[in-house]
Amino acid sequence: MTNAPDKNDMQTFVGAPQLPSDDKRWKIVEATARRHGREPHALIETLHTVQECFGYLDENALRFVASVLRVPLSRVYGAATFYHFFTLKPNGRHTCVVCTGTACYIKGAPQLLKAIERRYAIKPGETTPDGELSVLTARCLGSCGLAPAAVLDSTVLGKLAPEDILARIQKGIHP
Amino acid sequence: MTIEELHKIALAERDAQKKFQHHVCVCIAAGCLSSGADLVRDALKMEVVESGMQNEVLVKGVGCMGLCSAGPLVTVETEDRMFSSVTPESAPEIIRSMDTGGDPLAGGLHHCPTNVPFFERQKKIVLENSGQIDPERIEDYIAHDGYLALVTAITEMSPLEVIEQVKRSGLRGRGGAGYPTGLKWSTVAKTGEQEKYVICNADEGDPGAFMDRAVLESDPHRVLEGMAIAAYAVGAQRGYIYVRAEYPLAVKHLKTAIKQAERLGLLGNSISGTRFSFHVDIRLGAGAFVCGEETALIASIEGKRGTPRPRPPFPAESGLWECPTLINNVETFANIAPIVRNGAEWFAAIGTEKSKGTKVFALAGRVENTGLIEVPMGITLREIIFRIGGGIPDGKQYKAVQTGGPSGGCIPAEHLDSPVDYESLARIGSIMGSGGMIVMDETSCMVDVAKYFMEFCMSESCGKCIPCRAGTQQMHGILEKITAGVATPADVALLEELCELVRNTSLCGLGQSAPNPVVTTLKYFRKEYDAHVTGEGCPAGTCKTPEEVKGAEVNV
Repeated sequence: MTNAPDKNDMQTFVGAPQLPSDDKRWKIVEATARRHGREPHALIETLHTVQECFGYLDENALRFVASVLRVPLSRVYGAATFYHFFTLKPNGRHTCVVCTGTACYIKGAPQLLKAIERRYAIKPGETTPDGELSVLTARCLGSCGLAPAAVLDSTVLGKLAPEDILARIQKGIHP
Repeated sequence: MTIEELHKIALAERDAQKKFQHHVCVCIAAGCLSSGADLVRDALKMEVVESGMQNEVLVKGVGCMGLCSAGPLVTVETEDRMFSSVTPESAPEIIRSMDTGGDPLAGGLHHCPTNVPFFERQKKIVLENSGQIDPERIEDYIAHDGYLALVTAITEMSPLEVIEQVKRSGLRGRGGAGYPTGLKWSTVAKTGEQEKYVICNADEGDPGAFMDRAVLESDPHRVLEGMAIAAYAVGAQRGYIYVRAEYPLAVKHLKTAIKQAERLGLLGNSISGTRFSFHVDIRLGAGAFVCGEETALIASIEGKRGTPRPRPPFPAESGLWECPTLINNVETFANIAPIVRNGAEWFAAIGTEKSKGTKVFALAGRVENTGLIEVPMGITLREIIFRIGGGIPDGKQYKAVQTGGPSGGCIPAEHLDSPVDYESLARIGSIMGSGGMIVMDETSCMVDVAKYFMEFCMSESCGKCIPCRAGTQQMHGILEKITAGVATPADVALLEELCELVRNTSLCGLGQSAPNPVVTTLKYFRKEYDAHVTGEGCPAGTCKTPEEVKGAEVNV
């Protein structure tokens, strides 16, 4: 992302701010903004695209979104930190999202989190120092019939006991 | 699109489906999908090809069948059979048994009886197509009388007649508050000819609730049809569906549905050759519970932080971009087409005097059958939990049922016989809410449950008004002290005082209803609070004793 913008890119986007780098993903972000006429109300949609493309929102991205939609950086930062869905730091190579919805909570989600914390020494929102695993929580996955549930690298796991989730994480990290 | 053209599509689709001797439906809604339903569907399709039965067996992915805990579910419609916990390995046996006439259960499949209370005690209006139609094919929806109501409304009825019909049906908002839908519509309609919007609130934020997701995933066209009828009635030209980004399948099905409806001219410019035009766009939510509040939702669609503003002016007069805006919940819109199709009197005959129709609930927690149910208003909680839900598993005792999520309350055994309608639930301190229903047994500590919801409200408070921002924090702190066994009776008294204060002085519904879980648990389970305060410890055994807490601190 530190590369200087390509001259051709600048010609393609006349009237638009420079893309932060020649990474093609910025064009996708720019396209979302353009689809909404670069209007300020496209802020959340554009942030969604950034997160979809890059996995998280860094300062570079926030500055770019601010300039492309012509809104103050403070507003972009405000929205990015207000909504839980957006994250400002990258996740580990593997993510485990433990559902903490009501059904999961009363069926043992806290025990799942405790087991993960004991084994990997990370709390929700944290990543292991080697960058292998991030543990996150979700307000509700809507898989209440499978409570307690978790999502490990986009696979939904249900009816979990603490030892189940540890085994699945172990298998996920070291297949 | 005229009525005749619609009938033609329906007829062609029905004929095409009739050609198949067997209809095998696989639930591919999120619940079953997370148990591997997509692999089951692929295995079934493969087996059909391998056994050369492509002309006899139709395998289709359908929406939610309700009994999510027994997924993946597969039904053979033509034989009226249902199988539960189907695996990709056992699935081919369903097809093979059709070929050979053998017993599919011999191959390791589980039969799921449908003549049990879970299925028989339900009444389906909103979910009538769920588990029946392929949500990604508009033709299947049309074959089940889809879009008939929309085309009838715009070609044969005046907007006023549509509003009158919704009014007479007695439909009330299914988002939780229960405001009469027809009244809301007429307020927006009365603002005269100008730019107006229709918004569908699909930001289902309550933990433990997944009704709206199931409707969007299983029958997206029903919601679009309801929105379009509403737009015609109130005079709006544009609509937005504000849906959670956490529901990717619902978003995908909605996007497909919008494209299909536009292609057939059921959405877009001059629908059915009339002057009525209606365009629908999707806006993704980003995980903020407060955005379920209508003014916060509008702020979010405008690309801002989702903070509410004082009302009036109500969105019906000044909403999105200061234009009159109609906001209804997914389930409310899903009720519209059947009302227009079958008449207001038909709908009004279901339910109680003040709460008409049905309600969809997400039944979960410590109950035998968890999943999605639709029941007529007025049914008792006991019937839902012990008949439909099949009671409490593992021989445990029922303790409470939580309705309405973080804004609702916990209902004890003594009120199990109260009917489920807006007024009755409010009378016992809870709310109808959007439809989450979590059953708890003796292993749940009610103070801990109250703390759980308070933690939720505390972190979801948008921070705009002080009573909610600071009050939820203070209440959570006291509840932490109580569950840790270090609180005094004075703390409980302060907690009660704070409940009153936060309820009466918060700006929006989030803060005003945040004390509800505490108020109801204090009212019905006071003994549990007392036990924590007097040093008896946690009756359910979930909270730590002061000694354990101290021990943990030493270890750290």
